Amino acid sequence: MGAPVCMEYRIEGNDFMEAGAASNNIKKTLKMLGIESAICTRAAIVTYEAEINLVIHANGGMLKAVISEDKIEITAEDKGPGIPDIKKAMTEGFTTASNQAREMGFGAGMGLPNIKRNSDAFEIESTLGVGTVMKSTVFFNKK
Amino acid sequence: MNLKELAELLNAEVMISDIDISEIEVPYAYACDLMSDVLAFCSPGSLLLTGLTNIQIVRTAQMLDLPAIVFVRGKLPLDETVTLAKESGIPLLLSKFSLYEVCGRLYESGVKPSYVPQPREG
Repeated sequence: MGAPVCMEYRIEGNDFMEAGAASNNIKKTLKMLGIESAICTRAAIVTYEAEINLVIHANGGMLKAVISEDKIEITAEDKGPGIPDIKKAMTEGFTTASNQAREMGFGAGMGLPNIKRNSDAFEIESTLGVGTVMKSTVFFNKK
Repeated sequence: MNLKELAELLNAEVMISDIDISEIEVPYAYACDLMSDVLAFCSPGSLLLTGLTNIQIVRTAQMLDLPAIVFVRGKLPLDETVTLAKESGIPLLLSKFSLYEVCGRLYESGVKPSYVPQPREG
């Protein structure tokens, strides 16, 4: 592969109709590049959960994927309310999702833990009232 | 079991007519009404049994390469859900049976459970 493939999407807050479209595009691109199916699935779960988080919690934001020879780097950045307690947010079962999100089947408190589980490298930084930046890397050559 | 046999077993109506569903093999299935849990626990390629009817269930199916979705207890998928499923080539089956009965019928017929990863610390 030559230069990295860079994809960037503006994700609208509370738009449950479009949510997931960006992630599906990124996944299609990975498949087109011939990336192994299991790796595509992991990257798809990371981008989709991140995209849904932007929709549900952050009032929208930017979802970015940079695909290079050996990895995909996914960044979700928002100017939302921020996460008061990241450790709590990383705990399976903990959720602050709205009733609307729950009615859609989200809000099981699995989002961030599931992103971390599917990432080879994961970091998240959040400042109350400023926003959140989440970065995840999935390598192509390891399980 | 293929999807056509499975539809008969569940007395299910099949939406999306332009796909030959007898060519879709369904070795295992996952049943869930929580999208986040589907994303966390359902292995790729599983048939999904659910009562959720909104468009995100098809997005989830796209992410996990799920071959088809069965809507249980007579639930009808929303229009946008059907539209996206058609675009994505994902067959939708409608069964009037309860989730429990759908699971029971499939299990009895040899459809295996989806692999569920064990929770990790931290």
